[in-house]
Amino acid sequence: MAEIVQEESNKGKGKRKSKKHGTHIDMTPMVDLACLLLTFFMLTTAFNKPKVMEIILPEKPKENEKPPELDKDRALNIILVENDKVLWYVGIAEPGKTVLTEENFSKDGIRKVLLERNKQLFMNITKMNKDVVDGKLKLSRDSIEGRVKRYYKADKSGPIVLIKAADGVKYKNIVDIIDEMAITNIARYSLVDINPVEKMMVQTKLGKPSVTAIK
Amino acid sequence: MGKIKIAVKTPSIDMTPMVDLFFLLLVFFILTATFRPEEAAPIKTPTSTSQTPIPDSHLVTVLVSKDDKVFFNLDNGTDSTEHIRAKVLQAIGSNYKIKFTPKEIKKFEGLASFGLPVAKFKDFLNAPDQKTREAMQIGIPIDSLDNQLTMWIRFARTYNNELSFTLKGDGDANYPVVKKVIAILQDNNVNKFNLTTDLKSGVAAEIPAEFIIK
Repeated sequence: MAEIVQEESNKGKGKRKSKKHGTHIDMTPMVDLACLLLTFFMLTTAFNKPKVMEIILPEKPKENEKPPELDKDRALNIILVENDKVLWYVGIAEPGKTVLTEENFSKDGIRKVLLERNKQLFMNITKMNKDVVDGKLKLSRDSIEGRVKRYYKADKSGPIVLIKAADGVKYKNIVDIIDEMAITNIARYSLVDINPVEKMMVQTKLGKPSVTAIK
Repeated sequence: MGKIKIAVKTPSIDMTPMVDLFFLLLVFFILTATFRPEEAAPIKTPTSTSQTPIPDSHLVTVLVSKDDKVFFNLDNGTDSTEHIRAKVLQAIGSNYKIKFTPKEIKKFEGLASFGLPVAKFKDFLNAPDQKTREAMQIGIPIDSLDNQLTMWIRFARTYNNELSFTLKGDGDANYPVVKKVIAILQDNNVNKFNLTTDLKSGVAAEIPAEFIIK
């Protein structure tokens, strides 16, 4: 074991011929403790730092400024409702005409809907990533990000997703849907307030009495 | 044949280098360990597939707990010599005609997130123990009559202009409250911020088969 061996120097007259071993300090407990502390600090050191998801929202329009015109065909409205369900429709809501489709958060749910509409952009980015992984394309991490941003900017056909939340929606649903945006490489999305027409439609769809609709 | 005499001594391994290494590592981990002061409320963040780590410093965190209370946290800058928390607290105090003693300011610098109206701050900082303090955390007022969150954001920005904002909400927090917080952030021209999430287990997101490039 680790120990300090203090050689007793018998200089001088050498009165006693005592032990040859000198004093031993047993360091085992100290080493044990050091080991224990080491393990503790290694395990508690924050290696799993919390992750963050960056979200950039469009600026609020100034008072005398008109909000930008929205291309109706590209507008994909996603309405989150309680119990982790998602409703969606394309364009502008017209009572009696617009049909809400119900989806969930699985891979064949809302993700498929988004991918079908965003196929071109998604394929471009996936292909670039694949090329990088295969070594066909040599790019640094930063320039990959730059390229993705350029793809996003150049996107002219992908959906513009408007995320709306009905009553009873939890924060995690919002995070989930924003995460879907990241997974499916949606270039443009925003969090928008739900309008009364949509509120009505949601209530009819979910088959609830429309008492709270007039509020 | 001459027999070889085997030494009677038990073989001893010199463990000194190992112990040295242990101590070296121990010192390293002790010095690098950062102890986070306890958060004002337990928050279980939702999961996402994002793998970007949270920035180290110049961070403002707005927390929304499960029971829809709003908390606020800002760091002291790159290192504690900048005393940004102290400056922000003093500025807000003078705005509310409250004078904080150096002891109270020191106490405030050591705390993490907090969520209570400014008027109660003096009692809060002088509270004898953690329990009393916890009971006083009733959330920062965010309604339009008394929007103290805006004030915190503005003062935090005054003293630290390289802030990045993070919204850390509990997965079960109600969205209207979070929406309100986001609206307040946007009112203060914070359009780019981070949402704190946990990494989803089974990292890669599944993609429907027809969208996978072979």
